[in-house]
Amino acid sequence: MIKYALFLGCNIPARVSQYECSSRAVLEKAGVETVDIRDFNCCGYPMRNSDRKAFILSSARNLALAEKEGLNILTLCKCCFGSLKKAEYLLKEDSNLHEEVNRTLAENGLKYEGRVEVKHLLSVLYHDVGIDALKSKISVIYKNLKVATHYGCHALRPSRVTQFDDPVAPKLFDELVEITGAESIDWPEKLECCGAPLMGINDDLSMGLTARKLEAGKKAGADYLCSACPYCQMQFDAVQNMMISHNRDNDYLASILYPQLLGLCMGIDSETLGIGMNQIDISGITSFIDSATDPHRHTQTR
Amino acid sequence: MTFNISLYISLFVFIFGLVYRIYTWFTRKVGVLPEQVTTSRRVFAAVRGIFGAVFSLKILILIKVFVLDVLLQKRILKEDFLRWLMHMLVFYGFMLLLLMHGLDKIIIEPIFEEYYSTLNPYLFLRDLFGIMMIAGLGIAIYRRFIQKAPRLKTNGMDYYAIVILIVIMISGFLLEGVKITSHTEFQNMVTEWSGLDDEKEIRALESLWVQDFGVVLPDVKPPFERAALTYGREVHETNCAGCHSSSKWAFSGYSVAKIISPVALMLDRAGISVLLWYIHFISCFFGLAYLPFSKMFHIFAGPVSLLANSVMGKEKSDPANIATRQAMELDACTHCCACSFSCSALMAFEASGNEYILPSEKMRLLKALIAGKALSRREIKAVLHGVYLCTNCDRCTVVCPVGINLKELWINVRENLLQKGESEPLLLSPFSFVRGLNRENLSKDEYSRPIEKARQAVAGRFDLLIDKERLLSLKGGDAGELKDLSTNNIRDNAFAYCFGCQNCTTICPVVGSFDKPEEELGLLPHQIMCCLGLGLVEMASGSSMIWDCVTCYQCQEHCPQNVDVTDLLFQLKNLAVKNLEKAPS
Repeated sequence: MIKYALFLGCNIPARVSQYECSSRAVLEKAGVETVDIRDFNCCGYPMRNSDRKAFILSSARNLALAEKEGLNILTLCKCCFGSLKKAEYLLKEDSNLHEEVNRTLAENGLKYEGRVEVKHLLSVLYHDVGIDALKSKISVIYKNLKVATHYGCHALRPSRVTQFDDPVAPKLFDELVEITGAESIDWPEKLECCGAPLMGINDDLSMGLTARKLEAGKKAGADYLCSACPYCQMQFDAVQNMMISHNRDNDYLASILYPQLLGLCMGIDSETLGIGMNQIDISGITSFIDSATDPHRHTQTR
Repeated sequence: MTFNISLYISLFVFIFGLVYRIYTWFTRKVGVLPEQVTTSRRVFAAVRGIFGAVFSLKILILIKVFVLDVLLQKRILKEDFLRWLMHMLVFYGFMLLLLMHGLDKIIIEPIFEEYYSTLNPYLFLRDLFGIMMIAGLGIAIYRRFIQKAPRLKTNGMDYYAIVILIVIMISGFLLEGVKITSHTEFQNMVTEWSGLDDEKEIRALESLWVQDFGVVLPDVKPPFERAALTYGREVHETNCAGCHSSSKWAFSGYSVAKIISPVALMLDRAGISVLLWYIHFISCFFGLAYLPFSKMFHIFAGPVSLLANSVMGKEKSDPANIATRQAMELDACTHCCACSFSCSALMAFEASGNEYILPSEKMRLLKALIAGKALSRREIKAVLHGVYLCTNCDRCTVVCPVGINLKELWINVRENLLQKGESEPLLLSPFSFVRGLNRENLSKDEYSRPIEKARQAVAGRFDLLIDKERLLSLKGGDAGELKDLSTNNIRDNAFAYCFGCQNCTTICPVVGSFDKPEEELGLLPHQIMCCLGLGLVEMASGSSMIWDCVTCYQCQEHCPQNVDVTDLLFQLKNLAVKNLEKAPS
């Protein structure tokens, strides 16, 4: 049995709860058991600009909590993933830092020895569950659906730290998308930033980066973007929505979360997957389901 | 006489305080309010809102919340059993004592004709409720001072609440114990109520009461003859039993009586029971009078907050009612620190020691701020920093036992504080993401002014960048500061390996977003690396490039020399923030 401590982070429960419920449903189908550790705190990502100590302590506390339960961590957010990975790496490299961190953790009755592995949802699905096992859980597939995968910076880079995939020519996400029958298109902005880290700091620049990605995706013929990170998703969903209303422009490229895309193929219902909870409507995705493989449609036509 | 006067004074102060506190719910402003939301409009909206909720299906929600969250305190139970037990013991002990003992003449006597405080079950119940209170207070003291739960802060108001309740309870128990042993009390009762004048009968009764009821008399001491006790019992049954159950039923007072029995006569002669009686009722009346001004006011505001929040959503509620609710919520806060236990940003508090990062402590300062107290500039800066250092995870709102909608309170107050004009470097971090998502709620100027201000603050000190004519001095002396912050001790000074290939700048998506990047960004990534190589740390940390970095790590990934470009930019930002904190304001 594959078992992980599920690290939700701050954004998902508050603003992207469809990512949580769709991930839980998909993980259950895939045979991954998740444990909730209520005491988990912020990964420290937003503190990295201002206070490195606060960042590392935040990450370290989470690592220590997981270690106490004897579990590895599964994150849904790529910024949480990147931050936890970074902290884990630094603590391994720097024994002075490790000691200093443990001194503060001890005041909270915790200790981190360095036995926790941090993985992202996509890595768990790809490496732990495996492509073949996932395929066996799929009951329907898409047809003629073109998906532009968005890898997410903090999962890919720095590759020495994150060990997620090949940083220049990654394929993990594309393969995961292709098991659903969708075509994962080749597009120039696949590995670029979504713009979210600058939202609220320099909105023009942030939205400029987002617009560039969306343009490239549309140009490459994508029907949907696919993301697996709450920040990227909010940028492509809530922020794009804001951009649409500013530009009075209806030419959008909606983003679907990977577990939503996969979940539909596993026969999980739209409500559980929170398909209706995205700001930019993605309900059209169901029209791409190959009717030859869809048992419901089959019965209807009969 | 003293009793009545102090009762009426404290009652008057209590009622005045209650009215005043409720009045402030309608007058105090939390955050920025639209002009047209006047006090009268708020009162009107509240009345309409209450009627709307009570005379609709929402009444079912209100009843449910009242039973589960107010009476059974499910929200506390969900978080921590010990805390729930503590609060239930104190709450029910207090309420039942108030109804059965404090207000016995008003509430219990009219209902139960047989009521005598010295008769069972009332005699026993009074002690039971008292012991419940003591047990609850014991847990409270244990949690705060022995277990010392991390982030459970104790302030003056918390001390007051514990102390006043302990004084009331302890004086009550002592009074009961002293009265049980009291010679004077016994004599008075015999002369006033029994009508006994036969010396022999009185003697027998005394023997029984000394033996069984804990009275301590100067000349009547055990052991007693069985016959005397039997006779005493007969006299007791005829004359006293109608109003007196055995004082052993008042188990705690009886225990006190047994403990003090060796000195009981002395205490009685000294009139200690009168003194204790004064302490007991005066502390009760003081508690009553001060209740509206102390944290005990949550007895009223807590349920109001729970009920109001159960039927109010952000979208559909009248802004006037939201304003009133937020003012009221400040009163509902009991400083229980549940929010601080589960705060996502708690380690930032551990790192910096700024206690205003913790929600429970922010609330304390916000109460003062909104009540119109003048805060020092340092306090304003600290609370702004604390309010901004919030990941908007909403967990504080989920766990608050009195249901305060903290997340909306933070957003509201955050904006208000930002508009006051202090520069906050955290605006230039991902903490701003949620503010960015909500930018439509602000005017363009309100939205961008604080960001500009922060940018100026972090860049403002670096004269070399502003004055391009000035000569650079290459002393390399700052490198020590950077080394201090280095992410990688094994390869510190990694920037020294840079050979200026400019890969970092070429691949940077931010640089690529501008036609003339040098003008917009100050320094480009490779120039920053050069600066660091030359020891010009201050110059590097003054460029606006570091704040416009999306942290995508493309530069670092593509550096042929393995220079940690992005991580160095992070360090420069840390350094700039530190410098700003150190800078004289």
